[in-house]
Amino acid sequence: MDFFIHLFINGLSVGLLYGVSALGFVMIFKSSSVLNFAHGQLLAIGAFAFLVLVSWLKLPVALAFLVTLCGSFALGFAVERVFLRPLIGESLIFVIMLTVGLASMLKGILLLFFGGNLQTYPDFLPGWLAVQAGSVYIPPVYVASSLLGIVFLVLFGLFFKYSPQGIFMRSVADNQTAALSLGVHVKKVFALSWAIAAMVASMSGVMLGIINGINVHEISSIGLKVFPVVILGGLDSIGGAIIGGMIIGLLETFTSGYISPSLRDVIPYIVLVAILLVKPYGLFGLVEIERV
Amino acid sequence: MRRLRFHPCGNYKEDRLEQLFLFETDFGRACTLAGLFLLFVVLPLASPPYLIYVLNITGIAAIAALGLNILVGFTGQISLGHGAFFGVGAYSAAVLATRLQMPFWVCVPAAGIVTALVGLVFGIPSGRLKGLYLTIATLAGQFIIEYVLVHWESLTQGSMGIVLPQAHLFGLPVSSDRAFFLLIFGVLVAMTLMASNVMRTSYGRAFVAIRDNDRAAEGMGIPVFGYKLLSFAMSSFYAGVAGGLWAYYMRSISTEPFTLGLSVEYLAMVIIGGLGSIPGSLFGAVFITGLNEILRYLTDAMMNMGISSGFGLNLASLREFAFGLAIVVFILFEPKGLAEIWRIVRSSFRLWPFSY
Repeated sequence: MDFFIHLFINGLSVGLLYGVSALGFVMIFKSSSVLNFAHGQLLAIGAFAFLVLVSWLKLPVALAFLVTLCGSFALGFAVERVFLRPLIGESLIFVIMLTVGLASMLKGILLLFFGGNLQTYPDFLPGWLAVQAGSVYIPPVYVASSLLGIVFLVLFGLFFKYSPQGIFMRSVADNQTAALSLGVHVKKVFALSWAIAAMVASMSGVMLGIINGINVHEISSIGLKVFPVVILGGLDSIGGAIIGGMIIGLLETFTSGYISPSLRDVIPYIVLVAILLVKPYGLFGLVEIERV
Repeated sequence: MRRLRFHPCGNYKEDRLEQLFLFETDFGRACTLAGLFLLFVVLPLASPPYLIYVLNITGIAAIAALGLNILVGFTGQISLGHGAFFGVGAYSAAVLATRLQMPFWVCVPAAGIVTALVGLVFGIPSGRLKGLYLTIATLAGQFIIEYVLVHWESLTQGSMGIVLPQAHLFGLPVSSDRAFFLLIFGVLVAMTLMASNVMRTSYGRAFVAIRDNDRAAEGMGIPVFGYKLLSFAMSSFYAGVAGGLWAYYMRSISTEPFTLGLSVEYLAMVIIGGLGSIPGSLFGAVFITGLNEILRYLTDAMMNMGISSGFGLNLASLREFAFGLAIVVFILFEPKGLAEIWRIVRSSFRLWPFSY
């Protein structure tokens, strides 16, 4: 039983991280229906920017976090402006391949500067964040990331529901042409959503870095693990991303605990294919019905 | 003897079939024959062994890229699992050759057929999914196949790899790079001919119809699902044959190369070469393999000069960067790829020197 609880807690926290990593991905998809294969690299850039600021430049943690967020906001903005804007209205494969190309470009740059080795942050989270319940110990990182995840979830929910920008984003996601003709500044919406997405991604990247250490390859592969998560939750559902993340995280830890550790990395994709065959729009996704 | 055909000074085509000629003019036919002569007689005799090795790798990549172009460029189904299919081809050839002691000329086509079957299985999601959902499904296929290749140890020997016997064809050993050159490029020419002929038939037109508007295609009575599956099978067949040839050429294979990176590499070939263009696939293969070799040469040179020692500069990261850059630049500036550039160059020479 103890083993079960241990796995359960572990799975939930890993899953929460997946969910938080998927947030930015869903943001971009929701507003511009672009499938971002460079998401893992956005995570990694955030993690490395924070590393540079904290360990090399020795900035205070809060300031460094703030600078990282602002920097990645600008980066997301720039990426959209330079790479994605010329492709508005182009066919799907070009957009997908552009993000694939972008992913390998960014990964190459990160590898050039930081190498493929594992790097870690200095320990800075306060100890009182840890939770001790019976035999179960939850380290402060997980508590902090859960809190941050919840805060972001609520913020996004409110943002999309009530703020004008959020409503613009939803309208653009729903139907670009209609939104354009109703006077929504589609380009501005795209730029803003990429900027916010990059910001969220860098936050998740820092979280990942604190827990697992920072390694370009590791974080990039988490960028791919976002796919099962968002498909399970529904590609355009933010709450679904978190829940999908939890389910995938639990699935991974239980598989590696009870069946075989080597199956751990591939089980999300097997589930992914199954979901795609049975319920392609996920648990909370918008169902598109098409008839001939 | 019939009259020679030249470019007319207008569009005088009266019949749909006239648009489907493989060679529009007799000049094109003559150029192709001359090119084939250069390829099979002059090039293998004139080039140094290293160049032949590079050409062989290029030829194999071109076969696989052709297959991917059938799927992505002509049918419009984006696949991120082509690298894994290539691996399936390599492993089926290796297993058939070592376990069942099949001869070379059986193994390679059989590898193609096995891979086509696997491709059929992974094409099934295309019945319900399209666009980016299908892309994600093929991504999952890539990871699942990779996992199976590594962990089905009784068949693939896992990370140990398999050593293949020497290839024999018509009782003669195919061992030198030159012999393989003739073999690989013979297969490439046959496969290119097959692809361009299939694209002229009703099958090819059905593929294109599905790419352009699948709902309209369905409405016109094209069984969309069946043709999508056929396209998956064909493209995997190409990947499988390329994989089989690669396994025999390398003589020993392991699971290492067949990663998502390889799939992206093939997609890059197709995009850079030109989507929906058969010569484009060949150009793309030449471009990407050439880029690879140039980068290898550059990093070696820098290594020798000692520039890279303190800096994380190595082949892997530089390659990642250069690939990404090439893909991005082509998508942004020439989305139709090298085939379009080639067309522009050709048509500017066609009317030379009076190009108005």
